[in-house]
Amino acid sequence: MRIGVVTFPGSLDDRDAARAIRLAGAEPVALWHGEHDLHGVDALVLPGGFSYGDYLRCGAIASLSPIMAEVISAANSGMPVLGVCNGFQMLTEAHLLEGGLIRNDHGSFICRDQKLRVESALTDWTGGFAAGQEITIPLKNGEGGFIASADTLERLEGEGRVVVRYVGMNPNGSLNDIAGISNMRGNVVGLMPHPEHAVEPGFGPDTVDAMRSGTDGITFFTSVIERMLVSA
Amino acid sequence: MPTIVVEVMPKAELLDPQGKAVAGALGRLGKTRFTSVRLGKRFELTIDGHVDDAVLAEVQELADTVLSNTVIEDVIGIHVLEAPAGETH
Repeated sequence: MRIGVVTFPGSLDDRDAARAIRLAGAEPVALWHGEHDLHGVDALVLPGGFSYGDYLRCGAIASLSPIMAEVISAANSGMPVLGVCNGFQMLTEAHLLEGGLIRNDHGSFICRDQKLRVESALTDWTGGFAAGQEITIPLKNGEGGFIASADTLERLEGEGRVVVRYVGMNPNGSLNDIAGISNMRGNVVGLMPHPEHAVEPGFGPDTVDAMRSGTDGITFFTSVIERMLVSA
Repeated sequence: MPTIVVEVMPKAELLDPQGKAVAGALGRLGKTRFTSVRLGKRFELTIDGHVDDAVLAEVQELADTVLSNTVIEDVIGIHVLEAPAGETH
């Protein structure tokens, strides 16, 4: 099982994503934005960071990178694709996911361990959760406010495509407290919080059991591995 | 060389936290007559040669697909910049 992680100029969390993939039991494959080659991977992660310095719009220039032609085509033929934070912004800019991300409503960057509710366990990346399960993973963004037209919001809600929702507080002004969404098929998922930062005891969010022991994020990666084993 | 200006603004119905922050600063300076500020982008595209309908059509397309994201922004103007005084062609 090989999962590609695309590095763009300004990516920050590509190494963390690769580490999460390895801890989940798959082989991470480093991919470069300037190539037209997915190296035969079975799934893809677009990592967080500040590609192209967030110039133009967050994720906008990255969404025009050479490799994105292959990413879009693979996503449209059903390959699992996860976009985290800047990766989520790229997926909306590439029109693989609807809506957009704008500057946090309070105007400040925010970094916190964020409680979420998994609304859909039907996607390729969330099959290992139970619908309604509450998890905590780190969130860190300046432009994480999810917005969409009223029609699009209604469709996302009605079609069960809200994947994760903020619980307890809305950290960035996202409409309907939306933290992540999927496409119709459930193979493309984008979310602002960072599952790859909550995958190993000692380095995750605090839990009631112990400091930094939270590993709720690993399930995103084990879910996609299980999904691919089932469909293999 | 002619320059084409493309102006992009955040959609009116969306929050514009940058504009709000500027408005807040104006308020703190006592500039209370300005009730709101909205903040957008201006692109200046310089080309070799002259501006014709084909160039303007290409700029319009770029404005709608690359320079703006129509989910969150509107292209509010595209115009050709007048040559500065004294410049000859």
